[in-house]
Parts: sequence; C-alpha cells; structure tokens
Amino acid sequence: MNGFLGNAIIYILAAIVCVPLAKRLGMGSVLGYLLAGILIGPYLLGFITNEDQGQDMMHATEFGVVMMLFLIGLELDPKNLWKIRDLIVRIGLSQMLVTAALVFGIGILLHIQWQTALAISLSMALSSTAIVLQSLKERNQMNSQLGKMSFGVLLMQDIAVIPILAILPLLVPTNTEITSTSGQMHGLLDNLPGWAQTVSIFGAIAIVIVLGRYGFGPLLNFVAKTRLRELFTASALLIVVGIAYLMELVGLSPALGAFLAGVILANSPYRHALESDLEPFKGLLLGLFFMAVGSTINFSLIYNEAGTVFSLTLGILLLKTIILLVLGKIKKLSLSTNLSFAIGLSQVGEFSFVTYAFAQQLGIFSQSISDTLMAVTALSMTISPILMVVFDKFILSLLTKIPDSKEQNMDNISEKNKVILIGFGHFGSTLGRFLRASGVEATILDSDPDRIDYLRKMGFKVYFGDGTRGELLESAGAGEASILISAIDNTEYSMRLVELCRKEFPHLEVMIRAKNRFDAFELMEMGATNIYREHLDTSIKMGEDVLKKLGFRAYTVHRLAKQFHDYDEASLKVLIKYKNNQAEYISKTRQQIEMQEALLSGEMMRKFSVNDHTWDSDTIKEAAQSEK
Amino acid sequence: MRRILVIFAHPKFEHSEVNQALINSISNLENVELRDLYELYPDFNVSIQAEQEALFQAEVIIWHHPIYWYSCPPLLKQWIDLVLEFGWAYGPGGTYLKGKSVLNVITSGGSDHAYSKEGRNQHPIEDFLLPFEHTAKLCLMNYLAPFHISGTHRISASELVLKAESYKDFVTQLRDSDAINRPLRLQTLRS
Repeated sequence: MNGFLGNAIIYILAAIVCVPLAKRLGMGSVLGYLLAGILIGPYLLGFITNEDQGQDMMHATEFGVVMMLFLIGLELDPKNLWKIRDLIVRIGLSQMLVTAALVFGIGILLHIQWQTALAISLSMALSSTAIVLQSLKERNQMNSQLGKMSFGVLLMQDIAVIPILAILPLLVPTNTEITSTSGQMHGLLDNLPGWAQTVSIFGAIAIVIVLGRYGFGPLLNFVAKTRLRELFTASALLIVVGIAYLMELVGLSPALGAFLAGVILANSPYRHALESDLEPFKGLLLGLFFMAVGSTINFSLIYNEAGTVFSLTLGILLLKTIILLVLGKIKKLSLSTNLSFAIGLSQVGEFSFVTYAFAQQLGIFSQSISDTLMAVTALSMTISPILMVVFDKFILSLLTKIPDSKEQNMDNISEKNKVILIGFGHFGSTLGRFLRASGVEATILDSDPDRIDYLRKMGFKVYFGDGTRGELLESAGAGEASILISAIDNTEYSMRLVELCRKEFPHLEVMIRAKNRFDAFELMEMGATNIYREHLDTSIKMGEDVLKKLGFRAYTVHRLAKQFHDYDEASLKVLIKYKNNQAEYISKTRQQIEMQEALLSGEMMRKFSVNDHTWDSDTIKEAAQSEK
Repeated sequence: MRRILVIFAHPKFEHSEVNQALINSISNLENVELRDLYELYPDFNVSIQAEQEALFQAEVIIWHHPIYWYSCPPLLKQWIDLVLEFGWAYGPGGTYLKGKSVLNVITSGGSDHAYSKEGRNQHPIEDFLLPFEHTAKLCLMNYLAPFHISGTHRISASELVLKAESYKDFVTQLRDSDAINRPLRLQTLRS
C-alpha cells in the first residue's frame, strides 16, 4: 500500500487496534502507539519498508512534541514557573551533569574517542518529554509532587538541548571536513560569526516574548471577531508553527520556544480556546511520533548484536534510574514516588535522535555507532513504559501500604476552580463579583472579544470561548469543577449546554439563567432543576419597596415577598402541565394570553393568602373572651 | 436630661393595638430614640455598628417587646446575639455599656395574677426575664425591674389610654429624675 491515503489508513488502523488494547491492558497510550509502530514496521508486517521512512515520519511528527510543550506552557503562568525554578535548576541540572559525567567516564573506560563519548553522554542524559508527560497526564499526576519533579527535570533537559547543539560542532575531530550543514537544526545563521549568532538567538527569544505579550493577543482578538472557528484554529497553528520556524532558523529548540510562547500566553483570555483547538493536533502528531519511533527500531541490528544493544539499553536505564533515585532521595521523596520518578525518566529521549543525526553529520559518530544508539534509544523508550506498568501493577501496591503524608504539602502548579461561569455580561459579572467577594474564584468564559478585553482591563480573568464545546469546557476544568453556571442571555444556548453537560460531565451541577417562564419550562422539560428566571427577584424586590412606601411594615412585606416567590416557583411546576395544551396553529400571542389565564386560575386554586395568622392575637383574644 | 434608647421588637406591630398606643405615647419625646427592629431589619441582618453607636450614646436602654412563649421575639434575641459583642459589651475591654441602666418594657396576654406563684405560670414575670437580667449584669449594666403591661387580651380602650399615659410618664421620669431609684424586683416596688 502506497501513497498518502494508503499510509494514513495503515497508521490509523494500527493505532485504532493497538492503543485501546494497550489501555485495556492497563498500559498507557504511549506504549500502545509504540507497539503499533513496531507492528507496522519493517520487521513485523512490513507496511513500512525501511527505517528511513520511519525516520522521515519521526522528523515530521516531532512537531507534536513542540505542540505539547506549547500546551504545557499554556498551563503554567510565569508566576508558577518561578515557583519551581529551584526544582528545575538544582534537580534538573544535577541530573544532566551527573548522568553525562558518568556515561562519559564509562565511554572513556571503553576506549571510545573522547569527543564521541561526550556527544553520546550528553545525548543519553536526555529523557523523553513526550513519553513521560503524556503518561503523567493520562494518569492525572501532573500536579502531584511526582509530576512536578519530573516536569522540572524535563524542562531543564529541553533547555539543555540548546547548549548541547552548540557544543557538538566544537567536538568535530580535526581534519574532518564538514561539507554540508544543511541539517534540519541549523539554519541561516551558520555563516555568521559567533557573536552575531548569539545576538540573533537572543533576538529570536525577544521576538517570541514581545509577540506573546503584544502580538498574539490582538491577532486572536481580530480572528475571534470573525466568529469563524476554523480561522481561530488556523491562527493557533500559525502561532506554534511560526515560533518553531523562528527557533529553527536561529538553531534553538523549537520545543523550548513554543514552551516560552505558551508560558507568555498562559495569562491570555484565549488560553482555554487555544488549548482545546490544539489538543487534537498534538494528540495525533504525538501518536504518529511514537509509532514512528516504534517502526524505526532496527530489529536486525538488535538481533545481530543482541548482546551489545541489550546490555547498553539496560545499562543506561539502570544508570539513569540510580542517579534519579539519589536525586529523589535528596528531595525527600517517599520510596514509591521516588521509584515512579526514577523509572519514569529512565529512558533516552526523542531529542537524542536529533543529536545523533547532527553528530553523524558532523562526523563525530560513524554510521554504526549512530545505528546502535538509535536502536538503544528506541528500545529504552519502549522498555521504560513497560517497566512503569510492571512497577505500577506489582511493586507499587506492596509499597503503598505505608501511607505517606508528606506529599500533600506541595502546592499545586495550577489550581482548577470549583465553579465555571459562562457569560460575563451584566448578569454574569454581578454573579461573579459576588462569588469573588465571598472568596470563590470562578473560571469565566465569554465569547465576545471586546468585552473580554474590557473586563481584563478591569482586572477580571475572563477567557475566550464558546461554552457549548466539550473540549473547551474540558480545558476550562469541567472535569474537576463541581458547578457550572450559565449566565447567558440565550436559552437555546443554555439548552445545548444542559444537554452537553448531561452527556459529558454528569457530575456537574448545572445552574442556568432563564429569561422567563417559557424558557424555564423548556429547561425543566430537559430535566434541569436549578433554573433562575432573571426578572423574578428584581420585580418582587420592587414590589416590596412599593408596599413599604405605601406604609406596610417592612418585616411583613419581607415575609410576603418570600412567600410569593416560593409560590411562583411552585406554580411553575403546576403550570408546566398546561404548557402543551394548545394546538399548534394558535399564535404565540394567543398562547401567552392562555398562559396568563392558566396562571390566574392556578392562583385561585392555590389560594395564595396575604393574611396568615402568625402573631395574630385576635383568635387568642376570642378564645379568652369565651373562657370568661 | 438622660438620653433614652428604646429597642422595640414586634413582628406584627400593625396588629397590636396595645403596642401602637404605647409607642405612640413616647414617640415624640425629646431625647428618646426609638429603634423599631422589625422595620429596620426585616431580613434579620442587624447592623452591629449602627446599634452600638446608638447604645453608646444612651444612658438608659429599654427593651420594649411583647412576651411570646415566655421570651422575646426572635429579632430581639438576634439583636442581643449580634450587638453585644465580646470585647465591646463584655469580656476584656468590653466596658462600653458599663453603668448604663437597662430594663424590659413588656406586654403580655396573661394577667398579673397569671404571673405569680399561685397563678397559671407559677412564677413572677421577673423569673422569666432572668436571661435579660444576667445579660445586663454581664455587661456591667444596672438592670431595673420591668415595666409590665399585663392582660392585654382583655384590655379596654379606656384602660389602654391610661396605660399609655403611664408609660409616657415612666419614660419621662427615667429621662428627667435626678437619680434612678427603681429596684430590681417588682415585689419591692409594690411594698
């Protein structure tokens, strides 16, 4: 099978077969994709005939990692990043340096040329951001101590890719001519002198920051006003692709640039909309990336040099695990968390493929070293998720009998709010202000870019988005929230929301603003229970004040108002039965009149009484008189 | 001239002829401030600040209310709970009410006889007012014998005029007399 469509069918089918199977067996989706890749690779089913094809695929889909880091950046605003700086620098840097130093030492002992050994050691110190973060997300552990430690180490490694790629050219053994530097990591700047390269690198970072601060917001705002959803998605893609391109141009890691842009946009109103739009692309690309990794595993090499490849793979896994365990111990992780942390990060990462390719181009690696390393890396990426599954299934249960209390003390990277408020017009903003005054922060969504702009200036954290989209609600935290408020002046919209929540977020308590009793009826018929007619309270309040001005006692009026309110709510439940009594041809006006009549007759039936007998001494007096 | 503060609590004032007559008789007196709790706080959300300011300026405080179920209406209890704050009315530093006089002006359906050892309620009215007496004590105030208008179920229009007049005189005297000599118990007052 050849051609684009044929390939697409093969990849997608393999994923559809393997990923659910892996999930069913309690393994993460990463392992499923890897197995799918192996399955369709040249050594099993042979749909992909050679490794080159797989590697091309891998390079193409590395972009998934860039997107993932952009999305991770979106969830981390600079404040939170600053909070974990210590983790990134201390733990992350120690992991890099110690691992690289040890691997380098072993390389020297094995009489490998020092330049080659250094290049190998630096590549081996990297772990797979894609695998680790994906599985942490799947297991919902991003905000746990484990998640934060892992993230700190991975972020440091992503930063380290830049100096590594800068050092590699310096390692080129003398007398080796580099004829072509058309590698994907180096761009226009190679011919410039060193200082100019440095300047342009900082310039590129500055461009990303400035665009993130002042450029992307107005762009998204402009696009959002067209109300064309696909245009918004396209703009989101443009941002990520643009940054990646810029970073590659100056020889920086695109993933890191995307992460930076994500962090800058974390405070933007478009955060949740960007997240929900890019999420499917990221998932798809990453899936393909893992499959590509699986398909590039050179089984003939592994078979021929089984001893070398397996001992190298197990050796590097063991070495990295031990180093991470020591670091975890220093950070006072509990044994079970520490093991998850160390085993989770023990593989060699996807960036290593890039450094191998680069080193080979530069002539530091021979073809055979590069092939062996690629096999080791791909194998380690396959083995470490398996180890994690084994660890989770068999060892963790033995360890967690001892409860650890320390872990709860870590503060969250990002807090999810309990309340999601959709619509921040006059109604929603009053509601939001009241909640905030009571110390309840809500995640606020609105779909009017101008209003968001204005409200942001007033200090409200409002996000752009259409709340009837499941993905958007998901990224706004509907999974963890407990209450969803619709303060939108549009009942059809509210009804879609009720429907959506019942299907996708049945745990959410949905509270809805309704225009009038007709809208309330429709919502009631859908099974909604928390319905708030927008004029009910204000009109009763006004009535209260009228009665007071007429000389009624405040307290009496207060009780009356409350009783009338309750009566009106209760009568809705009676009147809903009459709602569909009309033949369809009767006009809306006619319907309304009949409704009023039904309302009045309902009133007669229920005998709403103004005069109750509480504190009424007349009856007691009568009784006393008759006693005489 | 002393400053008098009448804290009045009646959930259905518009239906109480007796209390309307009583309140009318004192409502235009100089230096007598009337605070009608059920009109001020229909939602029971008593403003502590405003009430404490009024208390601070007064020398004599009157809790004017009907007796329901041997006690005061709930908003007056709410008022006591909220306004007489720890550290303001009592406790360390809570000396803002010290030395002020306080008493209950009450209306009851039951007669004087009903509120006696031999009567239906088996206790004099002061016994039922013991929580108020001790509230006053805790706030270092002088608690005075209550002004009790009893038997309101059977009161005649002419009797009511007299009662209202006597209430006005009573308040005026509290305001103007050189010293307040009212004892703690009605019994002592009668003998």
